Amino acid sequence: MMGRLLLDLKVVDQRTVDKLRKEAEKIGKSSFALAWVLDQRTEERARGVTIDIATNRFETDTTVFTILDAPGHRDFIPNMIAGASQADFAILVIDASTGAFESGLKGQTREHSLLIRSMGVSRVIVAVNKLDTVSWSKERFDEITHQVTGFLTATGFQPKNVSFVPVSGLHGDNLVNRSTNTAASWYQGPTIVEELESSEPTTRALTKPLRMTISEVFRTVQSSLTVSGRIDAGSLQMGDALLVQPSGEKAYVKSLQLDEEPVEWAVAGQNVVLHLSHIDPIHVRAGDIICDPAKPIQCLDSFTLKALAFDFLMPMQVDVHRGRLHSAGTIESIPALLDKVTGAVTKKKPKIVKPAAVARLAIKLASKVPLEAGQRVVLRSGGETVAAGLLE
Amino acid sequence: MRLAGSKKVIADLLDLGGTEEDIVSLLPEEPEDMWHANNLIAPDDIIRAHAIRKVTRTTNTGSTSSERVHTDLTIRVTSTFFDPAASALHVSGTVVKENGYVAIGQYHTLDLELNRAFTLLKPGGWDSVARETLQEALRPESGDDLAAVVMQEGLANICVITEFRTVLKQRVEHNIPKKRSGASDMDSATKAFFDKVLNTLLRAVEFDAAHPRTLLLASPGFVATEFRKYILDLGQRTSDKKLIGLAKASMVVHTSSGHVHALNEVLKSPEVQTKMKDKKFYGETRLMDDFYTRLRKDDGRAWYGLKPVVRAVNEGAIGPGGGTLLINNSLFRNMDVATRKQYVDLVDKVKAAGGEARVLSSDHESGQRLDALGGIAAILSYPSYDLDEDPEDEEDGENGGGNDTAEGTTVI
Repeated sequence: MMGRLLLDLKVVDQRTVDKLRKEAEKIGKSSFALAWVLDQRTEERARGVTIDIATNRFETDTTVFTILDAPGHRDFIPNMIAGASQADFAILVIDASTGAFESGLKGQTREHSLLIRSMGVSRVIVAVNKLDTVSWSKERFDEITHQVTGFLTATGFQPKNVSFVPVSGLHGDNLVNRSTNTAASWYQGPTIVEELESSEPTTRALTKPLRMTISEVFRTVQSSLTVSGRIDAGSLQMGDALLVQPSGEKAYVKSLQLDEEPVEWAVAGQNVVLHLSHIDPIHVRAGDIICDPAKPIQCLDSFTLKALAFDFLMPMQVDVHRGRLHSAGTIESIPALLDKVTGAVTKKKPKIVKPAAVARLAIKLASKVPLEAGQRVVLRSGGETVAAGLLE
Repeated sequence: MRLAGSKKVIADLLDLGGTEEDIVSLLPEEPEDMWHANNLIAPDDIIRAHAIRKVTRTTNTGSTSSERVHTDLTIRVTSTFFDPAASALHVSGTVVKENGYVAIGQYHTLDLELNRAFTLLKPGGWDSVARETLQEALRPESGDDLAAVVMQEGLANICVITEFRTVLKQRVEHNIPKKRSGASDMDSATKAFFDKVLNTLLRAVEFDAAHPRTLLLASPGFVATEFRKYILDLGQRTSDKKLIGLAKASMVVHTSSGHVHALNEVLKSPEVQTKMKDKKFYGETRLMDDFYTRLRKDDGRAWYGLKPVVRAVNEGAIGPGGGTLLINNSLFRNMDVATRKQYVDLVDKVKAAGGEARVLSSDHESGQRLDALGGIAAILSYPSYDLDEDPEDEEDGENGGGNDTAEGTTVI
């Protein structure tokens, strides 16, 4: 679907898609050609699934967008968390074909919406995809709208922040251009891009000290150490001294790029590429945080968390996710159960936390990682998201 | 580990207290035996073993000369240190029997060695848990242990799973660029990562006829499958029979992450279960799973933490009909005698009541899960819901002031 969106917006030209289609035909998967615009890895192409997030940008008449295509498969949820942590809005794609929607609602759709909500994304556009396979049935669309609305409001989304658009990724209906299919004429609402344009951007912490999560580390011609990621707070400019945590190594900004154009400075909310100097690449990994040396972020190996439980919680081993960061840890103790609304302590030292309850958790990590109060953290165990919360 | 009786040594130690029955001479033969020895040797025990000590002599003229001497030393243990990766055990303590080189009261750290006997005297006698540990140590090695690589993109943990413990041999990290920098970059980085993992694996774990091992490759997604293919391809390209055999004998298991604690999922997978049914740790993993399921259901039969478990034991709630006490062996290790005795009493009481008492190895995944629960847990024979509301809590309330009771009333 994202591939089609980029094609219709003329970010990707027809020639590239034709080339991809030819390659896809070679291995007998010609329908994947559009997906390959974003799924560039050999593995992703061979297996036909998105594994890692892909970034791409497009412009409309009023706004510049960066899209992150995030994987949905349960094994690659860590990558999806990385994607969601960088996002302002989410487009939740739902397969409307018979059977697929029902099985998705029980499985991945639920986890995805929980995750985007707990990563702080409040605006969701639900793209009801593959409506062409059910001949643009309005009943089907209404049924899905009804079920998903109920389910999203239960997750904590406000109904006014959720909108639905019937689309077809394969043919491109209602993505950029309005559907020309007569069967779909009942839908007169905005297209996906129009919905995106009308979304209000969130306010950013421009004056706070610099924090930037590294989502990718690679090598370019400009610098042997190039990192990319989204500035969470603060700003930076060329020549700035930076501190990379947890290694605690200093680096300098040699140059920086925004949307593939060299720029002098960048502020919170922007996805930038930094070329660093005076640092050995072994000190930098994806998931690290770049911060202001004067006000560095601390590296912690134990912290407390006010968390909403999605599953039973007890002292147990969990994977701790924060953006790209992915670390092994344990719930050491559960100091208190909290009231959902007021946050007051309702029970001290519970034996177990039930789903949908709010609790304070003490977490111990296997190694020190950069964390600070107010950050959103997701806990997973055995391949399932068990809790999400705010660092205290 | 073998018993190595030496009458002379035993006779020599008798004057330090205890009877002939309290003295055992043991001969460690395999690295695993060092782990057993670490579980056996507790503070205040007396141990006699071969030692190398640097002795400094001062002559009449004031010049000094030092030399290293081989001697047998007898010490009273103050602490032990076990290095799991090297399987080396260091026992520190004070000398209790002097000889030509050392005086009583001097400190020495013995490095226990393979194939050299040591003699252990427990002046207070051997309790039931210690006896069991000894029996386990003397049981002949079942032989085949498992090698496992738990991996995800850019991270691999190489472990060896033996009957009693899981040893993390090596952690391999490699930076793999993400996709924006082009697919070819990424492929070569993945190859370099696999290369690094394979080399580390071959260095860290022995794979030869003398050590037949099953290799488990576990990962989310396709990393493990790709890695297996990589080994096979490399083996075929270089016509290396060893690599081909390794790849063919390996099993790919799905896990949700590449961290060590995902080993749980490995041990639970059907592929491994059929192979491992007779292993001790298999039963332990199952017991822990059972415990967690009960805790989730909140059926009142699963309790963890020292206080509730002690109460359950005193009530006789861990008896016949599925009552099981789960306790980590780390609780018996390196602790003062009184605390240890308390835990041993718990085990004895459960056994007397007809329940099952399982001492879990804290160096296994199941033991580490138990560790998270405080090292002690129990499945009761019958539901009981008020084990945590014990009188001690009220005492805490009094100490902490009226705050607690005020909160208590609002809830009710």
